[in-house]
Amino acid sequence: MRFLRLVWGNLMRRKLRTSLTLLSVCVAFLLFGLLCIINEAFSAGVTMAGADRLIVRHKVSLIMSLPITYGARMQRIPGVDATTHWTWFNGIYQDDPRNFFGTFPVEPESFLAMHREYLLPPAEREAWLKTRTGAIVGRTLADRFGWKVGDRIPLMSPIWPRKGDGAWEFDIVGIYDGDKKSTDTSGFFFRYDYFDESRAEGQGLVGWYVVRVKDPDRAAEVAAAIDAEFANSPYETKAEPEGAFAQSFVEQIGSIGTILLAILSAVFFTILLVAGNTMAQAVRERTAELGVLKAVGFTNERVLGLVLVESCLLAAAGGLSGLAIAWLLTLGGSPIPAVFPVFYLPTRYLLIGVGLVLGLGILAGLLPALAAMRLRVAVALRRHA
Amino acid sequence: MSNSGEGGPGANGILVRVDGVDRTFHRGAEEIHVLDGLDLEVPQGEFLALMGPSGSGKTTLLNLIGGLDRPTRGSVAIGGDRLESMSARRLAAWRARHVGLVFQFYNLLPVLSAARNVELPLLLTHMSGAERRRHVAVALEVVGLSHRANHYPRTLSGGEQQRVGIARAIVSDPTLLLCDEPTGDLDRKAGDEILDLLQALNAQHGKTIIMVTHDPHASARATRTVHLDKGQLSMEAPA
Ligand SMILES: Nc1ncnc2c1ncn2[C@@H]1O[C@H](COP(=O)(O)OP(=O)(O)OP(=O)(O)O)[C@@H](O)[C@H]1O
Ligand SMILES: [Mg+2]
Repeated sequence: MRFLRLVWGNLMRRKLRTSLTLLSVCVAFLLFGLLCIINEAFSAGVTMAGADRLIVRHKVSLIMSLPITYGARMQRIPGVDATTHWTWFNGIYQDDPRNFFGTFPVEPESFLAMHREYLLPPAEREAWLKTRTGAIVGRTLADRFGWKVGDRIPLMSPIWPRKGDGAWEFDIVGIYDGDKKSTDTSGFFFRYDYFDESRAEGQGLVGWYVVRVKDPDRAAEVAAAIDAEFANSPYETKAEPEGAFAQSFVEQIGSIGTILLAILSAVFFTILLVAGNTMAQAVRERTAELGVLKAVGFTNERVLGLVLVESCLLAAAGGLSGLAIAWLLTLGGSPIPAVFPVFYLPTRYLLIGVGLVLGLGILAGLLPALAAMRLRVAVALRRHA
Repeated sequence: MSNSGEGGPGANGILVRVDGVDRTFHRGAEEIHVLDGLDLEVPQGEFLALMGPSGSGKTTLLNLIGGLDRPTRGSVAIGGDRLESMSARRLAAWRARHVGLVFQFYNLLPVLSAARNVELPLLLTHMSGAERRRHVAVALEVVGLSHRANHYPRTLSGGEQQRVGIARAIVSDPTLLLCDEPTGDLDRKAGDEILDLLQALNAQHGKTIIMVTHDPHASARATRTVHLDKGQLSMEAPA
């Protein structure tokens, strides 16, 4: 574009002012990017949930156990396709609770059949089925501690002490990946049979079941049938869609989305004022020059366009660099994998960010551009004398 | 270059025809009648000096002729083109093609080099970058500033800045040059050089020039001098 030189020159005219505005826009969009990453991290569990899966837990509380025999009984309920079970192990690595990650004894075959979002190479699957002390770990977790297949990992559990004391020891036989970017790969899964025979107490109990239904549209019906099956037993159940289960975790943390939206609105309002003020000043101090442009034949519309381009360039330089920095930060992986196992900037948020950059450029430049457009040549030229 | 109709002179060689023009400004409730039924004809190829006391309306008249402002009443025609019938957009395009403007305070854009300032009117044409550079080089050559092409205005003397201003005014080869006190901010020597340049543009390149000035020394270079006072023109300086 042949007018770029002029737009560029005008931007560079007040280097300090331009830099400060650029910096504020950059910081605002960096903040936007970070909040999007955090929002994604919190909601990953919810979006990850399969629509065709139910969670069946103890009616009273998530921390109370259910009998291992329930699996077979549920399998007989019409509409149930498959079941598997998880148990909360609360493993502690290297005696440091800050090394937290999710640890669960599971039944390998039904677990892998249920959770197809976890991708495990067939050879490693075979190894897991053959090794009683075998464990599979997610890619994020393996990277976090630098674990490889063949490593032996000792864990302590405050809930489940081992018979005859001592640490639990597991042999890593496989590392799984997620089928999507938002899949949580920070889990540590080991064999329930090994766990059950070695724990000091609680034999025959599991934490909760994951149930796949044949027809997602009839999930509610199947959930009711499961709860009815175990009503009036010592272990009454509560079956609910997996999404709702994960959602209840998120809701405990607070309506993150609403809070983030409020923060972002305030930030963008402020940044709009900052950028708008910069553009207003830029146009005001340039009145005579705008008069000259019009005098040599620039139309009012062209002058309007030039101011808008300048404003958009300012917003783009600041905003895109802010988004880029936010994106670069995710390349290093999650800084706190225990809290945010899923840590990346989704493309849809990047696109929203780019849209916001453009919107900011146009909004901030609009009033000054209109003023520049309406400026009457003869009046503007008089400003000089 | 200039033919009849589009900006060229009409019959009997008249290029600029100002006919019964009023220009009234409003300052609050007060009406200021700056120009009052003013008539002026400028033949093609003339170098006209426009004199008159401060506030008499010289700049106002120049703005009307250059299509920077519109008369309250009356008509301005340049060649065959009647300015009052043009939309703002057409008027802008017309200015780009037919008028070169030279200002007392040069009015160069500080963020552009001399060459880029001169190039400005050409950005509105369909010329390629190479063509534009060639025209800019010629214009700078005419005003004798080729060696300063890449300098920024703040590094140039007043006289040099005014030469850049003149180069910008002539780069698109307009029919008409309108100069508002082009030597008003210069010392005698620099002013003389600018006047030499304008005279050469008039005599050798056939430019029609209307120059506002307070300086009898400058008006002496013109082929004709008119005086503006109380909204009217006269051939003689008012007593
Ligand atoms: N846009 C405007 N609004 C109100 N008054 C104006 C406007 N433009 C010009 N005037 C008035 O019109 C009168 C003529 O102004 P003009 O600038 O044409 O005078 P001039 O002859 O060029 O003066 P000078 O020699 O000082 O440049 C002045 O009184 C001026 O204040
Ligand atoms: Mg004046």
